[in-house]
Amino acid sequence: MTTYHTEFGSLKQYAKGTMEIINDNPKYYVYSNVFEVASNARPYEKIAVAKNLEYVIETIRAEGASPWMTCAHDEFCVLMDGEVEVEYVKLDKPEEVAPSGKDGTVQLKGEPKGKRMGTIRLKRGHQALLPKGAAYRFNAKTPSVLLQQTIKGDLTIEKWGEICMQ
Amino acid sequence: MNAPAEIKLPEKIAGYKTFTLGEFTFSRDEYFVTVTWPAKGQRQSHTMSADAFLRAIMRDVAWGFFYGLVNFDAVFGTRNLYGKVELFAGRYNEAIHGAGLSYVETFESPKAMAKFKEILSDWVNAGFDPFAAPAETGNTVFGEKNGSNLEAIERFRVATKRMPGLEGDSPLRDDSNGFAVNRAFADVSQEEPEIKAERGFEKELHAFNLFKYLSRSDVTWNPSVTSVCRQSLFCPTTEEYILPIIHGNDRVEWFVQLSDEITWEVSDRETGRPRARLTMKAGDVAAMPADIRHQGFAKKRSMLLVWENATPDLPKRYERGDLKPWPVDF
Repeated sequence: MTTYHTEFGSLKQYAKGTMEIINDNPKYYVYSNVFEVASNARPYEKIAVAKNLEYVIETIRAEGASPWMTCAHDEFCVLMDGEVEVEYVKLDKPEEVAPSGKDGTVQLKGEPKGKRMGTIRLKRGHQALLPKGAAYRFNAKTPSVLLQQTIKGDLTIEKWGEICMQ
Repeated sequence: MNAPAEIKLPEKIAGYKTFTLGEFTFSRDEYFVTVTWPAKGQRQSHTMSADAFLRAIMRDVAWGFFYGLVNFDAVFGTRNLYGKVELFAGRYNEAIHGAGLSYVETFESPKAMAKFKEILSDWVNAGFDPFAAPAETGNTVFGEKNGSNLEAIERFRVATKRMPGLEGDSPLRDDSNGFAVNRAFADVSQEEPEIKAERGFEKELHAFNLFKYLSRSDVTWNPSVTSVCRQSLFCPTTEEYILPIIHGNDRVEWFVQLSDEITWEVSDRETGRPRARLTMKAGDVAAMPADIRHQGFAKKRSMLLVWENATPDLPKRYERGDLKPWPVDF
């Protein structure tokens, strides 16, 4: 019976694929690799690796503690490598930080005001909800890689020319 | 020489019923499916492997005709008009369409869906699962009619409102609800996230092991939603062998390769002329532009995150040229 090995990528070991162009513009495929992007990122930069109109997927290098953040809509994260703890606080007045209609992640000034909701410890492949109206911060003892599903906001960094195969 | 315009098909071939939908006819024998349609006063026909046809029609049914074009192969397929559906033969094949031999007919979606389900019910033999990898389902698809497999073909795409496992939302996968770890993912960690919720917030903090969830998928090439951010849908899926359809986009979609490797052959949506070939490895991200068709090849079962934008008016905005077919300029 065949024994299979599932190949995941990591900051330490990843292999980028290939693009063979027959009759097209390679830029149309916006081809990048999340581990490569995170390797060259500063901690907690939110670098877009995919964009569909206002929606984005951001790659985040998690290392140490992040600032506190919140959002006026649900966001989600998937841990691609490492271990990350997410700490949550239910904001007393979320509208004052991220008013309804405000898109994307919003960074808090200082500590959040509200009730502590708890923590979630994530390992590779784990997905967490970052619920609307809650403040959250990430903490990673070693460099880790997150994907975040959100909407383009003030903190989203777009640098396609630097990260994409051309 | 083409067949005459009026043809009389036998009611059954090798025990399989023959079907008509509008001007299309569908028949199958031990090995093949044949589709015919009217063209230039005669009948034009096209033959596919029964295996390939049934895997394709299964996805079309399960996905409610999906987004854009579902090409069963280079000749036959469907185009979702969202409420109505076009069946086409040769319309997106440069040679057939150029020769004036293509045919398109529009149906109310429920009518076409009902006929496709009838075909599946009759043509899928006992033991054949159109969602399974060939190594798992063998060659029971071939031969004379031999029973049915309604359990396999009546699976539906999992509908998630926010995230699986939340109260009132779609379930997670485990041995207890019939989702065993697939043979190709036996080495995937089954450990769940550690959640420490303060009193009163037990239902608001939520996380799950997405890779465990995917390792327990009992189907291939069948995305299901695992997170919803307004119209942004994460639709991960597990892939092995060949994507049974050639998907023609009516919007930009994105792929994030979560594990292993998939090769994508990309061609022009209208003509089928080859444009590019991408081999994506774990961690790779790529867009599929709105004016292409693509088919994937996975030599080992892999985890793929398909990212869709479900904004309702997108196809019309692309058709009108309001949006460029590629997602970003740089």
